[in-house]
Amino acid sequence: MGSFASLIDGFGTALTPVNLMYAVIGVLLGTAIGVLPGIGAAMAVALLLPVTYGLDPTGAFIMFAGIYYGSMFGGSTTSILLNTPGETAAVVTAIEGNPMAKRGRGSQALAAAAIGHFVGGVIGTLLLVLLAPTVAKLAVGIGAPDFFAIMLLAFISVTSVLGKSRIRGFASLLIGLAIGLIGLDEMTGQQRLTFGSLHLSDGIDVVIVAVALFAVGESLWVAAHLRRIQAEPIPVGRPWLGREDVRRSWKPWARGPFIGFPFGAIPAGGAEIPTFLSYVTERRLSKNKDEWGKGAIEGVAGPEATASASASGTLTSMLTLGLPTTAVAAVMLAAFQQYGIQPGPLLFERESGLVWGLIASLFIALVLLLVLNLPLAPVWAKLLRIPRPYLYAGILFFASVGAYAVSGDVVDLIVLFVIGLLGLAMRRYGLPVLPAVIGVILGPAAEQQLRRALQISDGQVSGLVNTPMSVIVYVVIVAILAWPLIRRLTRRPVDREKIDA
Amino acid sequence: MRANTLLAVLGAIAALLLIPPLLSSGSDDDVGDQVRGLRVLVPNAPGGGYDVTARNAAKAIEEADLSRRIEVFNLPGAGGTVGLGRMVNERGNGKLVMSMGLGVVGAVYTNKSPSSLADTTPIAKLIEEPDIVVVSKDSPYQDIGQLLRAWKADPGALPVGGGSRAGGPDHLAPMLMAKAAGLDPRQVNYVPFDGGGELLASVLGGKIAFGVSGIGEYRDQIQAGELRVLAVTSKDRLPGVNAPTLTESGVDVVFTNWRGMVAPPGITESERTRLVTLFTRLTSSAQWQEVLKRNGWTSAFQPGEEFGRFLAAENDRVASTLKELGLV
Repeated sequence: MGSFASLIDGFGTALTPVNLMYAVIGVLLGTAIGVLPGIGAAMAVALLLPVTYGLDPTGAFIMFAGIYYGSMFGGSTTSILLNTPGETAAVVTAIEGNPMAKRGRGSQALAAAAIGHFVGGVIGTLLLVLLAPTVAKLAVGIGAPDFFAIMLLAFISVTSVLGKSRIRGFASLLIGLAIGLIGLDEMTGQQRLTFGSLHLSDGIDVVIVAVALFAVGESLWVAAHLRRIQAEPIPVGRPWLGREDVRRSWKPWARGPFIGFPFGAIPAGGAEIPTFLSYVTERRLSKNKDEWGKGAIEGVAGPEATASASASGTLTSMLTLGLPTTAVAAVMLAAFQQYGIQPGPLLFERESGLVWGLIASLFIALVLLLVLNLPLAPVWAKLLRIPRPYLYAGILFFASVGAYAVSGDVVDLIVLFVIGLLGLAMRRYGLPVLPAVIGVILGPAAEQQLRRALQISDGQVSGLVNTPMSVIVYVVIVAILAWPLIRRLTRRPVDREKIDA
Repeated sequence: MRANTLLAVLGAIAALLLIPPLLSSGSDDDVGDQVRGLRVLVPNAPGGGYDVTARNAAKAIEEADLSRRIEVFNLPGAGGTVGLGRMVNERGNGKLVMSMGLGVVGAVYTNKSPSSLADTTPIAKLIEEPDIVVVSKDSPYQDIGQLLRAWKADPGALPVGGGSRAGGPDHLAPMLMAKAAGLDPRQVNYVPFDGGGELLASVLGGKIAFGVSGIGEYRDQIQAGELRVLAVTSKDRLPGVNAPTLTESGVDVVFTNWRGMVAPPGITESERTRLVTLFTRLTSSAQWQEVLKRNGWTSAFQPGEEFGRFLAAENDRVASTLKELGLV
C-alpha cells in the first residue's frame, strides 16, 4: 500500500497550478503533434528539450508525459478521418476507422478511440503503479527466442488483413519485406539494396514508408480520380456513441491494455505489434464478422486501448530499469540525464517526489485528454467537409514536413515520393497497403531476433525453443493454423448433408 | 465557413511548429569565440556512449556560457560510419562536430567504409572509459577466475554480449581478453547489441553468459546490486567498483575506450581553432568536472593536432589487431 500513499503525495505535486499548466501544454502539444503525420512524440520531446532547461525537472517531465500520451490520442484522428496515420501506433486503426468515417460514423470512431485511449491509459498506468518493479523484472527475462516466436505469430496473423485477394495481400507483404531489407545488415555490416548510397545504408524509416503509402498514395489516388468521379458527399451521422456501439466496444477496451502494457515494457516492444495483435484478436472474437473491413467499431476500440497502455509499459521499463524500449523513451531517458537524474533501480528512492508526481500527472493528462477529445470528435469529423483539393494539399504538405523532419535529409523526401508513387500503383492494381507497412515493421525485427537467438545458442536450432514462453507461443501458432482444419473436419458431415439434399 | 475556420486552425498549427526554427536560424551569428548554432552529430542511438558524451558536453558548454544553442542530433548506423560519411560530405561546415570514439575507428575497417577518420579534422579527445566484464546478480560466475575457466572449457557455450558490432570496443575487448587467456579469438561467440541500453536488458535477464561494456551506463545497476562486475579492463582498479583488473587476474590486457570530437574536412584554420578553443575551455570548466564525476569518466584531454597523432596511432593499432584476429 506504500505505492498508493506515495501516489496521493504525487497528486499533491501534480495538482499545483504551475504543474497543471505544464500538463495542459503537454497534452495540447501532444495532440497537435499526434495529428500531424510523420512528426512523432520522440521528435517533439527532443525539440522541446533545450526549451525546458529553465524549468524544474518535475514540470518538464509532466509536460513530456503529456506530449507522449497526447500524441497517442492525436495519432488516431487522421488515421480514422483521412486514412493517414499520424503515428505508427495508429496504422492499424485506419483499417476499420477509415471505413467508419466514410460511412458517416467518423465521430463514433473518434469517440471509441478517445475512450479506448482513456481506458487503456488508466489501466496501463494503474499497472505501472502496482506492478512496476515486477513487470520490469519479467520484461528483461524475455529474450531473442521469445521475440522471434511473437514475430512469427504476428506474421501468421497478417493473413487476416490481407484483404479479399490473398495473392494481392501477399504481394503487398513482400513489397514491405523488400523495403525492410534495405540498409546495412545488422550483424555483419553487409550492404543490402543500398546501391552504394550511404543515405540508404540506415534503411528507410518506417514512419516515412507509412506516410508515403497511406498519405501520399491516397492523395495521388484521389487526385487521379477527382476530375472524373464526382466526390460523394460523406454523410455526417449522429455525433455520439450509441448504446449498441458501447456494448460492442467495452470488451475490446478492457482487453486492449493487457495486450499493450507488456509489449510496451519489453525491449524493442513498442506499440505497433500489440495494436496489430489486438486487431487480430478482436476480429477473431467478434460476433459481427461480416462487418470487418467495412467499419467494425471493435477494430478501433481495441487497438487504441492497446496503444495507450503500451505507452505506460514503456514508461515502466524506463523508470525502473533505465531501459528505453521505444524512441520516445530513449529521448526521455536522455532528458532525465540532462537533469543529472539516472532512471534505474534507485530512481524511486532517490527522486520519489518527482517520480510519483510524474505518475500522478499521467492520470491527470488522461482526464484532460478525454475532456479535450470527446467534444472535439464531431468537430474533427467535419474536417472531411473541407473541399478535397485543399484537404489533400494540406495532407501532402504535412507529410513532406514530417518526412523531412525525421532526419533532416533531402533524400528522405525523394524516398517519400517514390514510395508514394508505389502507393498509387498499389491502389491502382488493388493491392492493400497495410500488409506492406506491417512487412516493413516486422521483417527487420524478426530477422534480427532470429539471428541473435541463433548466435546466442551457438548455431543450435534448439536455441529457438528453449524458453517456456517461446514454446507457448509456438503452441498458439500451431493451434491457430490447425483450427480451420479441425473445423472443416467437424463440419464435414453437415456439408455432406447439404450436398445430398 | 466551417471549412475556412478549420483551414485557419491547421495553418496556425503549421505556423506554430515551423516559425520558431525559421526565426532562430537567423540568429546564428557568432559572438566572440562562441560558435552559435553548433550541431553535434551522434553516430549512434540515443542513450549510447557517444550520445551521453555529446549531450553532457553540450549541456556543460551552455551552462558554462561558452556557447549557446547547441543542438545534438542522432544519425545512427553501421557502427558510426553512416555518421562519419555524413561528416565527410559536410566538407567545409565549421558548425558541425561529431561525437566519436574508438568504435568508429574499428567500424571503418569492418564495414569497409568509403570515408575514414583520416578525412576528418580532429578537434579534441575528451574522455577515457574502461570497459567492465559484467554479469547479472543471478549468474553462476562469482569471480573472473571461474568465468575464465568455464570460458576456456567451452567458448561456444558462453555467449558474450557487447554494445558494439564487430570492430567496436566492446568487441575488441573480449577478443583481446580471449587471446590473452589462451583462447582462439575466432572461437569466441560474440553477440552484438545495438548500444549499451539493449545489452543491459540481456545481461540483466541472463540471456548471455557475460557482457563487456563501458561502465558509464551501468553504474546505478551495479550500485543497486543488480549487476556484478567481475573485472575492469583498465590499468588500475576503479574507485567505487569492487573488482580486480584483468592484469591482476592473470590476463595480460589493458584496454580503455576513449571518446572525442572531430569536425568535417576542409574547414578554415580559424574555424578549426575556434572549435579547439571551445572544447579546451569546456574541459577546464567546473561544469565539465561535475559531468566527469557524475559519469565516472576519466579526463583524457588532447587538443587538435595532438589528438590527430593519437588518432593515427589508434588507427594502426586497431587495424593490426583486427588483422591478427582475422577480421579484416
